Amino acid sequence: MSDNTAHEEPELVQLLTPEGELRHHPDYPLDLGADEVRGLYRDLVLVRRVDTEAVALQRQGELGLWASLLGQEAAQIGSARALRPQDMAFPSYREHGVAWVRGVEPRNLLAMFRGVTNGGWDPAEHNLHLYTIVIGSQTLHATGYAMGVQRDGATGGDDGTAVIVYFGDGATSQGDTNEAFNFAAVNNAPVVFFCQNNQWAISEPLERQSRVPLYRRAAGFGFPGVRIDGNDVFASLAVTRRALQHAREGQGPMLIEAFTYRMGAHTTNDDPTRYRVAAELEEWKRKDPILRLRAYMAANGVADDDFFAAVDAEADKLGERVRVDCRALPDPDPLDIFHEVYAEPHAQLDLQRAEFADYLASFEDAGAEGGR
Amino acid sequence: MSVNLTIGKAINAGLRRAMEADPKVLVMGEDVGKLGGVFRVTDQLYKDFGADRVIDTPLAESGIVGTAIGLALRGYRPVCEIQFDGFFFPATNQTFTQLAKMRRRSAGALNLPVVLRIPYGGGIGAVEHHSESPEAYFAHTAGLRVVTVANAVDAYWMIQQAIASPDPVVFFEPKRRYYDKADVDTEAALDSAHPMGAARVARPGTDVTLLAYGPMVKTALQAAEADSDHSIEVIDLRSISPVDYDTVTESVRRTGRLVITHEAPVSGGVGAEIAARVTESCFYHLEAPVIRVGAFDTPYPQSRLEEHYLPDLDRVLDGVDRAFAY
Repeated sequence: MSDNTAHEEPELVQLLTPEGELRHHPDYPLDLGADEVRGLYRDLVLVRRVDTEAVALQRQGELGLWASLLGQEAAQIGSARALRPQDMAFPSYREHGVAWVRGVEPRNLLAMFRGVTNGGWDPAEHNLHLYTIVIGSQTLHATGYAMGVQRDGATGGDDGTAVIVYFGDGATSQGDTNEAFNFAAVNNAPVVFFCQNNQWAISEPLERQSRVPLYRRAAGFGFPGVRIDGNDVFASLAVTRRALQHAREGQGPMLIEAFTYRMGAHTTNDDPTRYRVAAELEEWKRKDPILRLRAYMAANGVADDDFFAAVDAEADKLGERVRVDCRALPDPDPLDIFHEVYAEPHAQLDLQRAEFADYLASFEDAGAEGGR
Repeated sequence: MSVNLTIGKAINAGLRRAMEADPKVLVMGEDVGKLGGVFRVTDQLYKDFGADRVIDTPLAESGIVGTAIGLALRGYRPVCEIQFDGFFFPATNQTFTQLAKMRRRSAGALNLPVVLRIPYGGGIGAVEHHSESPEAYFAHTAGLRVVTVANAVDAYWMIQQAIASPDPVVFFEPKRRYYDKADVDTEAALDSAHPMGAARVARPGTDVTLLAYGPMVKTALQAAEADSDHSIEVIDLRSISPVDYDTVTESVRRTGRLVITHEAPVSGGVGAEIAARVTESCFYHLEAPVIRVGAFDTPYPQSRLEEHYLPDLDRVLDGVDRAFAY
């Protein structure tokens, strides 16, 4: 028996090399038109710009916190572009690229990190659940939702519904994630588990989370697992499409491990220089998802310099909009504290709200009387 | 039509009626299917509603509550059975950080009509972790409603009200009272039932208010019966969150005394919260401090000692006597 299975290097599904060369994979064919490729590139660039602006806004004191997706754009954009409108996605808290594809306004993403809301959008409007902070909790929500899809008879056909849930390498250590794998397996639920293995759970490297490659966990629960090059937007798109189709057809769950790298800090509160070496960062810079797609597009005539310049200009405009929108987000009303805790009246809360409203009003009265 | 039912059978009948009325109502938990639950509360539901609506889950409490949240997000109304009080704890994260908070997190866009049924309390000679009264943890968590029943009539109606509620409801079932019987009018309309959030005067009296809920209501009624020196008014609280303070304070203002009894440890308990509130709102009506009669601040003891640990008739009467010592 091998005692170092975590260090075995499994093969990645890769359709686009870091040098921008296209590869074909027999199990995951991908036939994209030039427009679709340009669309993917645009998404990657724009969502990176949203992320860059958000980090800057946090440094300027406009956000309390930000969890950067830098480096993980391809994993998110590729997988999210594989979704159909009726599919439901459950993110953790770093899925800004998924949110972008699902049509959530960047300002609504920033709102949570600014502290003006704990949510930011209506999940039903975007078929994107709210960000979930407690690690791995959303894997069970997705699995339960998928069990509901099953009960609705919404799987089986090509127009069926599938569910995808995003989580990180750290989440695979949580009981909830393992319970979700098991609930999904025994129920054959139509859910795709999309793990972005970005190598670090704050300061803890993958070898502190798992002795086996993460995609292999699936086999123990009885469903397929596959590792993809998470910095390859084509592989992310092709494999997720396949996994969603697998779920849609009623064949049950699949696990995708997107092997990627978190280029920035865990959040803006983190200092990765304390726990990882610069050489590692340099190595992953060469695998950048945007550079490789751009190299492919330029070499194959998918886009010209005008296109790249236009996308850059669009990113500049988007960046400005993000800055303006963020600063314009109003602070909530103090009585918002009491809102929407319960759907129906709750006597204790009603009393506390009334008392607090009176208390706040007393300052206005004091003001009207010329102060105390 | 009136039917004589045990509390267990009344909950079963209430579940059945809710499932017949709404195809989105599901029952899920460990052993709830063919076995009908370890207390048989879901008896025959699997046979009549099938495996898609009566779901035998893997043995994982966090998974039960977590997937119930997902089912609710998809439009279902799951009723989860947590097999015993002491087995709830693996599900605390899903309950406290997710189930309770999701409506607030979504600014009202999401409702989670999930019911957690938890058989609770002691007095059945069980081994460790099968006799606990964890209701204060839930009452302390905003976003949850917490109720408990003391008789078959409430059991039948309140389980249906809990299922109908758009909010998550923790439904505590007093396991040592599962076999207590009462006549239940099973054909009345649901909206004619006493509201889920309201307390009820279980026995009127004039000298002291004795407040109880769940398994202790029966003991409180026995105490009122046994005490020929005082006219004891017994209030069955029914709802632990929210507390129906209108009913409680109206009674205390009349009687001038309040004794609260529950099976849970007294420190930080539901009784402590009610005592503080009543002291604040009824200070000039009180003839004595609010007295609490509960369990000790210890782990639930081995069953050969539980008769000393659980507040019994004598300890409740002692509490009443203390309220008259001032």
